[in-house]
Amino acid sequence: MPVSYFLVLSALLFSIGVYGVLARQNAVLVLLSIELMLNAVNINLVAFSALLGQTGVPGQVFALFVIAVAAAEVGIGLAIVILIFRNRQSVDVEEMSLMKW
Amino acid sequence: MATIGHQIVFWIIAVVMTVAAVAVVTARNVVHAALYLVGALMSAAALYILLLAQFVAWVQVLVYVGAIVVLMLFGLMLTNAPIGRASLDNNQRFLAAVTAGVLFLVTSFIMVRAFEGQSIDLVREQGTLTESVGEVIFSAYVLPFEVVSVLLLAALVGAIVIAKRD
Repeated sequence: MPVSYFLVLSALLFSIGVYGVLARQNAVLVLLSIELMLNAVNINLVAFSALLGQTGVPGQVFALFVIAVAAAEVGIGLAIVILIFRNRQSVDVEEMSLMKW
Repeated sequence: MATIGHQIVFWIIAVVMTVAAVAVVTARNVVHAALYLVGALMSAAALYILLLAQFVAWVQVLVYVGAIVVLMLFGLMLTNAPIGRASLDNNQRFLAAVTAGVLFLVTSFIMVRAFEGQSIDLVREQGTLTESVGEVIFSAYVLPFEVVSVLLLAALVGAIVIAKRD
């Protein structure tokens, strides 16, 4: 099966994630879109791993590391979002302009 | 050969994944967006099984669908966001769609050009690669593996410290 099928599908998933990050206003939905982008990267890694066969096994290991780091990122990100909600009663990314001059 | 079967399965997965991902970024109800994300992540797991990466597929189901989506649902429910397009999306939707479309065209053009004519052998005889994944993690990549466990501990402590009430 041509490897470009998987690469184009992952590019599509990444672009949908980029659209979500740019167009969403709710901080938790921005985090959801970031998860889509991380998944697109993982699909690429696993597809290249399958392309290389036995020598491509480190590609799967990289995908596992990406999943672990994504779990850590979601934990910290949601903690920050909940803290902001507690202080400002809003998770609107447009209103988080306190550090902008 | 099983290539026709692989093609059919790939196209089913691709359609389900695209529809679910578009629904994640356009849903008007935040809880629906999180549930559509489950569909996108499960179809990614199905794609990993198609690519003979069974271990990554089950880690995807366990960590993403089992833990991350549940965390997201907790986050959405603790921050009761108003429902409706006006409060969920900003007014640069058109610009965002153009950016995403251009990005998709450029990246897929480069990818297709760079990997033209290379194809994946999906019917390998040597069975599962899970054993080799374990061997590689605990030989060549044992140091990054330990660093990831320290990172997860740091994220755990950090999340508790950030989110707890003083």
